[in-house]
Amino acid sequence: MSFRFKIVLLVAVFVLGFSSGQSEPAKRVLRIAADPNNLPFSNDRGEGFENRIAAVIARDLNAEIHYTWRAQRRGFFRETLKTGDCDMVMGVPVGFDKALVTSPYYRSAYVFVSCPDSETRFASLDAPALRTLRVGVQLIGDDGANTPPAHALAARGIVTNVIGFTVYGDYRQPNPPARIVDAVARGDVDVALVWGPLGGYFANPKSLKVSPVSETTDSGVPFQFAIGIGVSRKNSALRDELNLVLAKHDREIKRILDDFGVPQLPLEAAAANPTNALAMAQSGQEAPK
Amino acid sequence: MDVASRLSGQFRESEDIKVMEVGVRWQGRYQLKSFGFVGRQASACTVVLRWCLAVCGVLSIEPSFAAAKQDGDWTMPGKNYQGTRYSELEQITPENAGKLKVAWTFSTSINRGQEAAPLVVNDTMYLVTPYPNYVFALDLKQSGTVKWKYDPKPEAAAQGVACCDVVNRGCFYDNGKIFFNTLDCHTIALDAASGKELWKTKLGEINQGETMTMAPLVVKGKVLVGNSGGEMGVRGWLTAVDANSGKIAWRAYSTGPDKDVLIGPNFKPFYEGERGKDLGVSSWPPNQWQIGGGTVWGWVTYDPELDLLYYGTGNPGPWNPEIRPGDNKYTCGIFARHPDNGDAAWFYQTSPHDLFDHDGINESILLDLTIDGKPRKILVHPGRTGYMYVLDRQTGEVLSATPFGYITSSKGVDLKTGRLIPAEEKKPHTGKTVRDVAPASPGAKDWQPCAYSPRTGWLYVPHQNLTMDYEATEVNYISGTPYVGANVKMYAAKGGNRGEFCAWDILGKTNVWQIKENFPVWSGTVVTAGDIAFYGTMEGWFKAVNARTGQIVWQFKTGSGIIGQPVTYLGPDGKQYVAILSGVGGWPGAIVSGDLDGRDPTAALGFVNAMKDLPQASTKGGTLYVFSL
Repeated sequence: MSFRFKIVLLVAVFVLGFSSGQSEPAKRVLRIAADPNNLPFSNDRGEGFENRIAAVIARDLNAEIHYTWRAQRRGFFRETLKTGDCDMVMGVPVGFDKALVTSPYYRSAYVFVSCPDSETRFASLDAPALRTLRVGVQLIGDDGANTPPAHALAARGIVTNVIGFTVYGDYRQPNPPARIVDAVARGDVDVALVWGPLGGYFANPKSLKVSPVSETTDSGVPFQFAIGIGVSRKNSALRDELNLVLAKHDREIKRILDDFGVPQLPLEAAAANPTNALAMAQSGQEAPK
Repeated sequence: MDVASRLSGQFRESEDIKVMEVGVRWQGRYQLKSFGFVGRQASACTVVLRWCLAVCGVLSIEPSFAAAKQDGDWTMPGKNYQGTRYSELEQITPENAGKLKVAWTFSTSINRGQEAAPLVVNDTMYLVTPYPNYVFALDLKQSGTVKWKYDPKPEAAAQGVACCDVVNRGCFYDNGKIFFNTLDCHTIALDAASGKELWKTKLGEINQGETMTMAPLVVKGKVLVGNSGGEMGVRGWLTAVDANSGKIAWRAYSTGPDKDVLIGPNFKPFYEGERGKDLGVSSWPPNQWQIGGGTVWGWVTYDPELDLLYYGTGNPGPWNPEIRPGDNKYTCGIFARHPDNGDAAWFYQTSPHDLFDHDGINESILLDLTIDGKPRKILVHPGRTGYMYVLDRQTGEVLSATPFGYITSSKGVDLKTGRLIPAEEKKPHTGKTVRDVAPASPGAKDWQPCAYSPRTGWLYVPHQNLTMDYEATEVNYISGTPYVGANVKMYAAKGGNRGEFCAWDILGKTNVWQIKENFPVWSGTVVTAGDIAFYGTMEGWFKAVNARTGQIVWQFKTGSGIIGQPVTYLGPDGKQYVAILSGVGGWPGAIVSGDLDGRDPTAALGFVNAMKDLPQASTKGGTLYVFSL
């Protein structure tokens, strides 16, 4: 090709590029369904750790995020992932069958949250103090099922000193599930059994003590859960892609989780067989720690 | 105008005879039942008087057919305060029902579960749609053109809170006004003629899990409404709102101290187990009553002689029973209260310490019957528990509790203590699999109301035939909180049919005849003096049945499954019409109305497992059908 021709070609390509009406290729969009009012996980101001981790992923994929905000209640996954209106839900437990779940990016446990000056060191559900202290527990009330601590306490006949806090709460307030930790800070309960990330985040500013429940399973239910990203059951390609991104940024993600005070357990045991813990819980065995 | 033409202009031939008949029968009926026909007795009397006067050419105040047609109206979902859903119209009979055809139709434009009963008053039909709860006034003189439409603009977020489709069970007409509830917990009064909003009162908070789906009852200037949300940690109540001002007059909670439950010195429950101070607190672990459930989302009936309202309370929260030892009063039972101040007269708990979501909200139909040689004022309550309860409505004594469906979850009702006797082997335990628990959580019958015919003495019962398995294996996640939930799967019980429509002999305590249906019969029913009962199936068939023999004498396939309440009325032309809303949904229809995944059998609280084939049988709909001969 003559030099002049090359210049003409180059200019033509340049001009064509501009005149096609786009100055750059359209950015990829990650459509994420999230609760607009549920710290530490997410809120519509992007202040949750799921929001922050989503931003890390979007940056890696050179994508922008479109959020669909919806309180995470019954029907959440059906009305988001299943309709195809959304691609991802940032926090989904491994073993959850309403979505395809990536490898977990964290594993946590239910924790005791108590006052700093409390003499009792809480670790086991068998602690005698649990029979006499005022114990706060999260309540869900779904089809005969409830949070693992609610089952464990009931199984031990510990009911009269238990105060329940529904995870639904009053949605007009910020972060309704956090009321249970507020109750510890106010002294309305002496100790509360709370899902790890919730306990860790809200206990920190109030200097409350946080200690994981030592039992991995109890009363037929697991107390530890591995959490990954959920995608539509038909979208294994996205799941695989996200697995790579999560692995690539594992240290950054861990830093975010540490910043938010999320109590974390080693991921290796979960990665081996995510549903194993659940199966063992049913048969009353202890899952590997 | 001469007498003859006045007669012919104002009375159709059948109405002439009807006036005479009513005049005669009024006497007879007064001896059998002393209430519930007060309104119509007065009008029948007026009709007779007007007929006489018209014949004499003396006096004509308002058109006489207006008075006669009060019999042909349907002013409240239950037809009358007793809740019999019985119509005296008799033009349609088993002999001619085969000629029923569509007279006209109307699209509500909302394709969600249609549970409402259309009302007919003054040649106008009133419909309430599922969310967004439009109210339509249709002109019956113009085959259902829209006279007015009212849009309450409920909050969209309410849809996310409702557990079992965004249904509405209908409105209530009283004194020129239409009263209804919206999903986002408002009760609204409209001028029936113009649709103008008279008042709108917020009664509950969707942000705390409350919604409203029930049809109100209006009596003595009070609008009685109840809330929904037992799955969400809501505290249940029945509230009386002043019909003129919209202000709350009183609220009776279903749990908590006596002062909240409006239990005072006049409270005289029949059974020892219901007596005691502040049982709404002490029958729970401390503080649990505050999120105790007991919502009031079903039917309210009323006895003007005893001046008592009758209604039921829903399931206790949370659903897993180990966390709430105790009887959990006053959930899963029937209350009798005075409407002026809500004062409780008695309570009977159909399911103490409920294990299976067997709410007490089903209708209590009020009847005066002779039992064992004695006249008794009773109520009949078909329970979720599977028992047909007959109670003395003055005292709350259980006269009988007879299984009307397949039961494994209990062994009976102890009539000495009134207590349900649970079957130990069917009690759910965390992590344990329990199979064949019947009735499944929707009960042997859910909210879908029965009808009673004084001609046959039978109850016409639309219901289901389901059992369920609990398997504790499912990982779940709500509000960022992981837990393991029980897989609950429902399926057809013995016989393989998931639904049934039957005639139940109340005194004989037995089925007379039954029609088995493939799907649960989730529609209401109506029975007439023409000895016809109507009901609808979830495939969309609307059926007319010979009320005496159980023979299906006519059926028509509407566009979508039927879960609404049929009504029958006299049109402006003096003909008998039957109206029904067609549009599948509700709890069993959620797989269609909610686009659920049939591969998730535990969705819709386990109902999807039993309804996987529904999408082949019915798609969404939202159309009113009106039939006539």
